Formats: sequence, C-alpha cells, structure tokens
Amino acid sequence: MELSTAILLTIPLAPLVGCLLAGFFGKFIGRAGAHSVTILGLLVACGLSFYVLYQITMGGAPVYNHNLYTWFEIGKFSASVGFLIDRLTAMMMVVVTFVSLLVHVYTIGYMADDPGYQRFFSYISLFTFSMLMLVMSNNFMQLFFGWEAVGLVSYLLIGFWYKRPTAIFANLKAFLVNRVGDFGFLLGISAVLYFLGTLDYATAFAGADSLVGKTLTITQGMHWDAPTVICVLLFIGAMGKSAQVPLHVWLPDSMEGPTPISALIHAATMVTAGIFMVARMSPLYELSGSALSFVMVIGATGALFTGLIGIVQNDIKRVVAYSTLSQLGYMTVALGVSAYSGAVYHLMTHAFFKALLFLGAGSVIIAMHHEQDMRYMGGLRKYMPITWITMWIGSLALCGVPFFSGFYSKDAIIEAVGESHRWGAHYAYFCVMAGALVTALYTFRQMYLTFHGKERFTVKAHHGHGHDAHHDDHHDDHGHHEPGVLEHAPTESPWVVTLPLVLLAIPSLLVGIFTVGPMLFGGWFGQAIHVDEANNVLGEMAGDFHGAMAMALHGFTQLPFFLVLTGFAIQTYIYLFNPALAGRIKSALKPLWTVLDRKYWVDDVYFAVFARGGVKLGRLFWKAGDAAVIDGAMVNGSASLVQKIAAAMRRLQSGYLYHYAFAMILGLILLLGGFWLVGH
Amino acid sequence: MFNHLLSLLIWLPVVGAVPVLLAGSGRPSLARWLALAVAVLTFAVSLFLIPQYHLDGAVMQLGEDHLWIASLGVHYGLAVDGISVALILLTTFVTILVVVGAWEVIQDKPHQYMAAMLVLEGLMIGVFCATDALLFYVFFEAMLIPMFILIGIWGGPRRVYATIKFFIYTFLGSIFMLIGLIYLYQKAGTFDLHTLAALPLSMTEQTWLFFAFLLAFAVKVPMVPVHTWLPDAHVEAPTGGSVVLAAVMLKIGGYGFLRFSLPITPDAAAHFAPLVIVLSLIAVVYIGYVALVQDDMKKLVAYSSVAHMGFVTLGIFIAFMLVRDAGNLDAAKLGMQGAMVQMISHGFVSGAMFSCIGVLYDRLHTRQIKDYGGVINVMPWFGFFYVLFAMANSGLPGTSGFVGEFMVVLASFTANPWIALFAAFTLIIGAAYTLWMVKRVLWGDITNPHVAEMKEINGRETFVLAAFAAAVLALGIWPQPLIHLMDHSVAQLVQQLAVHKI
Repeated sequence: MELSTAILLTIPLAPLVGCLLAGFFGKFIGRAGAHSVTILGLLVACGLSFYVLYQITMGGAPVYNHNLYTWFEIGKFSASVGFLIDRLTAMMMVVVTFVSLLVHVYTIGYMADDPGYQRFFSYISLFTFSMLMLVMSNNFMQLFFGWEAVGLVSYLLIGFWYKRPTAIFANLKAFLVNRVGDFGFLLGISAVLYFLGTLDYATAFAGADSLVGKTLTITQGMHWDAPTVICVLLFIGAMGKSAQVPLHVWLPDSMEGPTPISALIHAATMVTAGIFMVARMSPLYELSGSALSFVMVIGATGALFTGLIGIVQNDIKRVVAYSTLSQLGYMTVALGVSAYSGAVYHLMTHAFFKALLFLGAGSVIIAMHHEQDMRYMGGLRKYMPITWITMWIGSLALCGVPFFSGFYSKDAIIEAVGESHRWGAHYAYFCVMAGALVTALYTFRQMYLTFHGKERFTVKAHHGHGHDAHHDDHHDDHGHHEPGVLEHAPTESPWVVTLPLVLLAIPSLLVGIFTVGPMLFGGWFGQAIHVDEANNVLGEMAGDFHGAMAMALHGFTQLPFFLVLTGFAIQTYIYLFNPALAGRIKSALKPLWTVLDRKYWVDDVYFAVFARGGVKLGRLFWKAGDAAVIDGAMVNGSASLVQKIAAAMRRLQSGYLYHYAFAMILGLILLLGGFWLVGH
Repeated sequence: MFNHLLSLLIWLPVVGAVPVLLAGSGRPSLARWLALAVAVLTFAVSLFLIPQYHLDGAVMQLGEDHLWIASLGVHYGLAVDGISVALILLTTFVTILVVVGAWEVIQDKPHQYMAAMLVLEGLMIGVFCATDALLFYVFFEAMLIPMFILIGIWGGPRRVYATIKFFIYTFLGSIFMLIGLIYLYQKAGTFDLHTLAALPLSMTEQTWLFFAFLLAFAVKVPMVPVHTWLPDAHVEAPTGGSVVLAAVMLKIGGYGFLRFSLPITPDAAAHFAPLVIVLSLIAVVYIGYVALVQDDMKKLVAYSSVAHMGFVTLGIFIAFMLVRDAGNLDAAKLGMQGAMVQMISHGFVSGAMFSCIGVLYDRLHTRQIKDYGGVINVMPWFGFFYVLFAMANSGLPGTSGFVGEFMVVLASFTANPWIALFAAFTLIIGAAYTLWMVKRVLWGDITNPHVAEMKEINGRETFVLAAFAAAVLALGIWPQPLIHLMDHSVAQLVQQLAVHKI
C-alpha cells in the first residue's frame, strides 16, 4: 500500500506547529505548555516515522516520490517541493525524530532554570522540521532549503546565550564557514541543472549515465570531467555541513551552544547531513573515481588529525566535539571507497552513541554546576551511577569494541578501506587504523578524568540558613565561580535527563547486533544507494560475513581491537595508577602538544587571512575605490573643476574700467594681428 | 472604472495628495488619516489588476491612449504587462507601509511629507505604465522632485549635499536618455515604444543609444561605478524616503533596461552584455567588501542594495548571452525571471531593512553600529524581525532573497561557470556583512546604557514589519504565482532578444 501524503506531510509539520506555538505564544502557554506542545509534535513525528519505516520495510509500501507543489516553472526548468521516501529516507527520519524526541525530554531537565526556556524548545522543534525537510526532499532545491535552514537554526542555537561574546563569535563563524561550503554546493546544484537539465533526484539519477564523457570548459583548452566537477562541488557543501577538513573549524566552537543541541545538531543529525547527501547522490558519485578519491582523502585526514586534537582537550564537551569530527571523517572515508551503506550505517550507530555521550557530558555538567573543565572533575562515578554506566556504554561503542554497535559500523569501514583499490586508499587505511588508537586514547582519558581517580573538586561547607535555597544554576551567569569549588555535592541528574541516556544506551549497545546483517551486507537500502559492481567493497566483504556473532568474535583477533586495547592500557596506567605521568609526557612532547593545542594553527590563519584580511580589503576598496577615485576624483572632482573654472572666470569681472579697456585693446590687437597673418 | 484603471492608479494618489496638503500643519492627525486612506484605496484599486490582467491574453493590456501634444505626436499612452503589474503592486503595498511607518515619526509638517509620498507613488506608477517614451521620461524626471523634497526637508545634517548629488547624478544620466529619445523621434516620428522597438537601426546608432540609455538606467539601479549617490542619499533620507528609494525607485532602473535597452537596441545590448555582466559581478564582489566595513547601518544596507541589484542587471544581460551565443531560450527566461523576482524581493527586503533601521534610529538617534549592541535584550520581538530580514538579505532559502539569486546563479552557470562562481560569492560575502552587523547590533550584552532604555516595538511598528515579513516569507515559500504572473511577459522579452535589427 502506498504511503499517504497526509501522513508524510504531518511528520515535518507537527514539529513546525510546535515550534510556532512555543515561539510566538511562549509567554502565554508558559514553560510547561511550551515543552508539552513541542514534545507532542515530536511524538507524532517520531511515531509516524516509525510507522513509515515499518511500511517501507515490512509493509511492502513502494517508494514514495511525489511533488506537493510547484515552486517555480520556467520553460523546461522547474523546481518543486516534494517527498522521496525510500529506505534511506525512512531510516534517517527515524534517527532524526527519535534522537530529537529524547533531546526534547532531556532539555526539560537541562534548561530547567534558563530564562529562554520556551525559545529553546521552539528552536529545536524548528530544527527538527528543517532536518526532516532535508532528508525527505525529492529534489535539489528543497535539499538546499533544508540544508540552509538547519544552518540557520544551528546559528540561532550556538548563539542561544547571546550575551556571551564567545557564543556570538562562534555562531557567526559557524554560519560563514558553512556558507563557504554552500557556495560550492550551490555551484554543484547549478552544474547538475546545466548537465542534466533537472533538479529532480529521480530524473537526474536516471540520466546520470549521460554525464560520462561530458566536460565543462574552464578555459580554452582546459576541460574538466563533468561528473567530477559536479561531485566535487556538491562535496564542498558536505565539507561545510559535515565539518570536514579544511572547513571543520566551526564545529569545536559550536560547543558554545547548550549541550542538548550539541547532541542533536552537532553530533547526531545536522552534521551528518553531508554524509546523507553523498549517499543519496551515489548514482552520481559512482561516475567519478577522482571525486571519490578526493572524498576519501579529505575524510581520512579528518579522521586522524582532528582526533589527535581531542587528546589534549580539557573541556569535556570539546573532547566529544573532536571525537565527532574524527567520526565524521570515518563516515566520509566510507563514502570515498563506495561503501555508502557503511557510511550511513555508521551515521546511524554514531547518532545513538554520540548523542548519548553528549547528553552524558551534559548530565555531568549539570552535576558540576556548569563546570566543563575535566581537570576539576574526577571520581564522579559514585555520585552519578546512571550517567557513569551509560557513558561507558557510549564510549565502548565509540571505540568499536566488539558487540557494541559502533564496532559493526566502524570495523566494516576500516575493512572496506583495506579492500579498496582506489587512489589514496593506502593513506586512508593508515589514517583510519591509527584513528582507532587515537579514539581509544581520548575516550578513555575522558572517562577516567571525569568518573574515576581522585576527586579534584571541593564542596563548600554550608554556613547558616538560606544557602540551600540559593540555586546558582543560571546559565547566563556561567563562569563567575571559583574553579573546582562546588556549592553542593554533585548528584545524579533528574529522570528527564537519565531516561534519554538509558534509551540511547540501549541502541548503542544492541542496534549493531540486530541490524548489521541486513543493513550492511544484505542490500537493505535497495535502490536508494547505487554502487557499481567494480567498486562494491561491501559486496566482497559480504562473502565473509557469517552473522553478527561471528563478526564480533573475529573482531577480537583483528588489529583495530588491539589498537583499542593498547589505548585502553596506556590511559588506564596513566590515569588510574600514575597520574603524574600525564604532565611529564606533556612537557616531554611540548612542541607536539603545542601543535595540537593550537589546533595546527588553522583557526589562527583563517582569522588572520579571511576575517582580518577581508576587512582590510573592504577598507581598501572603500577608501581607494569609492571615496578616492569615484567620489573624490570623478564626482566631487568634476564639481570642483566647474567651481575652479567659474572662479577663474569671475576674476575677469573685476569692475575696473581700465581692466576692461585693456582687454578690449588686447583683443583688438589680436584680432587685427590674426587678420594680418591670414592675409599673408 | 476598468477602462481607465491605470489612469486611476496614477492620479488617485496624486489628486489624493491635495486634501492631505490642505489639512495643513494645524491638523496633522487629519492629514495622516487622509494619507492612509488614499494609500489604502490606491492599494485596493491596484488589487483589481490581478483579475483584470489576463495571464494568457496579449502581453500589453489595459491600454489607454490619448493624443497629448499633437505637434510632437506625443501620446498619453498607458498599458501594463505582467512585470509592470508586479511592480505596481509592490509600489502600492510599500506606500501603505511607508505612510504607517512615518505616523508619529514625522512631527515636522506631516501633511507635506505625506502629500509628497503620495505624489511620488502616483508618479512611480506612471513610470511603470507608460508606453510612450516621452511620457515615461516625464514621469521618470518628475519623480525626482518629491524625492528631492523628502530628502531635502526631512533629511539628516548633510541633506543638502546628498540631495544635490542625488539630483545631479540622476539628472545627468537621464539627459543622455532624452538626447537619445529625440534622435529616435527624428527617425521614427513618434515616441511610441512599440514602434520604436520595431525601428531598424544600424549598429553605430544602436551603440550610441545603448550607452545613452545605459547611463540613465545604470545611475538609477545603481550600477558600479555610478552608485556613490545612493549611500549618501540613504544616509540623509528619512526612513520613509529610504524605504521608497530602495524598494521601488531603484527598480525603475532595471525596468528601464527592459523597456528601452532590450527592445530598441538589442544588437548593441548583446554586444556590450559582457561589459554589463562584468559591472554586475563587480557590484556583487567589490561592493560586498565595501559593505563589510561600513560603520553606519544605513550605508551598509545601501551598499548591500547595490550588490543585490547587481543580480538584476546580471540576470537581464545574461539572457543575451544565453539567447545569442547558446540559443538557450529557457535558460534565458530563467535568468530574466530571476532578475525580475530579485527586483520584487529586494523591494521587500531592503524596505524591511530600512524600516528596521528606522525603528532603531527613532529610539537612539544614531545609525552608528558601534552605538548599539545587545538590542535583543530589550527588544526581543524586534530582534525576531531583524534576524528574519537579515537572513533574507543573506539569501536564505525560504525567504524571498533566495529565489531570484538562485535562479540567476543557475542561469549564469549555463552561460559560463565563471560568472556563476563570482555571483555565488554573494552567499559568503552577503552573509558576512549582514550577520556581522546583526552580531554587533543585536547580540551581545548591553554596553551603551541608552540601549537599556530602548522600548520594544509598538503595534504600529509591528504591523509594518509583520507586513514585510509576510511578503518576504510568502515569496520565499511559494514564488510560482509571481513567476506565473510575469511568465508571458518575460517570454516575450526573451523572444525579442533573439531578433536582430541589422
């Protein structure tokens, strides 16, 4: 049975209605009203998304691809708003709405004392709407709409605490860096329209083969291969949105936003839009080995080098942020070796365990009264057991320990890269393999610093009455207290916070075992993802796949597992048995530490060249071009020229008779002289 | 009534200005209400254009024709196509908002201010209706007078410099157009635009005429390098003057290209299209950088107007390349439509931006960005609108600002990827200058104690901004009705581009 349009339309519109109600009538409906309407909207969207997934996989519903209305139609060109619902979309819808729903619930606890409570719910519901429009789109125009709309919400949410200078710097930076990516993306869409004559996915993919052999003339005698141009340009968009090197700089700064959105937007969903997009465009990417090599090298570089930065971070959220950058690199590498299902599969498992890690970090931050520096934590496991255990589950999944969901997706990616013969695959293989060690290093360091070892904070003794009532949780006042001194002992977070942790820990632990067979090796995505026979590394690996159990047991004998074990052993020794060693290593490797701490100076260079340089260039253009040449020389110059001539002429009218008489005589002589000359 | 719908639209506000003026300075409230009544009535009448203009009928409709100056064969000839209809609706819509926006703000001689605004409205509608070149010229020049008065009387401290610069700049441009028109009259014996379009002209003649028209309209748009009057005029103009200037008057430049340059000098225009395209791209990139470093909000938005209008000229002239070089009529239509949608959209977005700056100025009496900061703390509803319009100005999909730019970039890529590359640069630089301003004005903690005393927007201001917001979103979410309205006219124009006159 075909999916009904009404149901599909309800899925994005329910969160939008929630957003509008909470946003415009927030004062009227109050805090409880705001979270009730938005959560209700998300419940509807999430429930219907599960229904759609069920219908598509089990219910035998055919792929839905219809336009809702025409956005523009000019001659043969047109763009519409419409939905394409296949297995890839259905899976994304479930991931987005499920994580978003849990984040909504979590927010009730996390933002409990924030004055912008209603506004926050409005934003995250608007985000859910935008993200759904992105993944459900059946054409490039709407994709771009969703793409930029999630960017807008990300901008609003990073700058949610708009009084903080760092937050409003970070949101501007995020928007602009994303715009650099979108610049490429828009040109990529233009190239699609130019070569394929359509913005509709199905039509474009059906005609994709016609691209082979076509070229784009760049200059005389220089022709670029059409599929490569299209795919590289579109991927530049993905580099912005999915924070790939060298457009990754905005993501760590985005941690200025409240933690729930770090989990939802900057880990689980929005940043994976680029991965989703490339997977969606697989019929185009399969035409260009060069573009895929480019994708792979960019992804591999990010997977290793951004992970390294994570090792030296002290802010609990920043560790998770760099880990996200690194994991996005893994997904991108998978795309680059044509293992699209592997990338999307890692996207899904990552959404669960990374949202879990972020929300867990947020739970720790609540307990620490908005202290985020891990140097003032330690030993928290006995205060907050639920957070502790769930975060361990998330961490083991992140490191890819066999049986955890992350293992299935990550191990498959590493192996797929090893199988690939694409140009640059050796480099990529080294990066993803070394990345496994790096992942273990930063993850276990974070877990030990936070939950284990000695407590590195003190709890203020209570003096007198009334102090208990003083609940210093206003986020806007963040950072005014003495580091490492708490008003109260840390406690486990309320149930609205821990419930989402538990609900995310379950799939982080189990989803791999149950889904790896069909989704990774069983061609579950069907027609949604297209892989050329020659490039089908996952297909080759499928021959060796004998069930999830066997794969996990085999995983214990493989190099990635030993690398994780090595990382675990190193960090266990340092942080549980010999904490002073960390400082000694740091001073021994000071230059290396500086390189990582300065983030390879990428941010500094960008700021100096693009931000300061741009302003300098603008000033030069303004002062030299507009003010000096156009206004100074041309406009006011011609005006003052007229004035000067007039002034000179005025001097002639002196009013003295003898001046005039003299002029007349002079004129007469000249005239007569002239006649005399002509006469001769 | 429908036989003289266009005349009614032109003269209703002009005649309606008389009682407003007669209300005198003693009865400002009466003058305001009368002005609002006239503006609303004109808007209501203009709405009749929608059912009266038949989308599948002839291109020029609702025509009126009377001999005006018999000795010169000048006609009072009016007619509209889909593009004119869209621009007239924009004009009548914006005028209401300008009248409401000026309500309590203009305390000095409000009756004269309102009357000037209404006269200006009528004259601008006249420009969009005229089918006789001389009649067009008369409206085109006459419209300078009320604007001159608006800036000169209610303007800022440097208003004299600004008005003279504004007047001489535009007058210098149009005087060349007048010479061109006289030449054409001598050759054809008429000022009728339809006849002039069919007039065969040699390449040399076309070249001279093309540059005469280019000067007139390039100043109006304005294009680089004749844009420097605009920032000065905007800075000195009262809010309402800025809104009308940006929202409607600049469009007359783009409209002029369609009515004069394209039909009368198609071959010269095609030959010099690369020049105009390069100037348009300079407007996008160079002016984008200049806008980035402005300290005055109005100047910043004025420069951003120049950059956005670059897409209008780009869209129009890219169509030449597409038709003549590639024979791609559909892509040419895409570019031309993009230019037209950009004109309408820029009307809403720039009008809204200037209204927002007016709201801030009324409270703090400064337009310097550095004097603000943290406005969102005291004016959250204002902040909502400000961010919305800033996003529209940055071309965010879902707002009107995206539609035209998107279409022009798509069409440009078909002509030459390099053109699209430079045009698409607006995504970065446009967002940079707009959002950097938003960061410094809206976000952050309050540093200036006067900002802390700023009051949230009142009902009247909310109405104005909400009306703009509705238009910006409606056009961004569903542009097809507007495109459909103009489709026939654009198709006709693109057909004309293909016809060689030599």
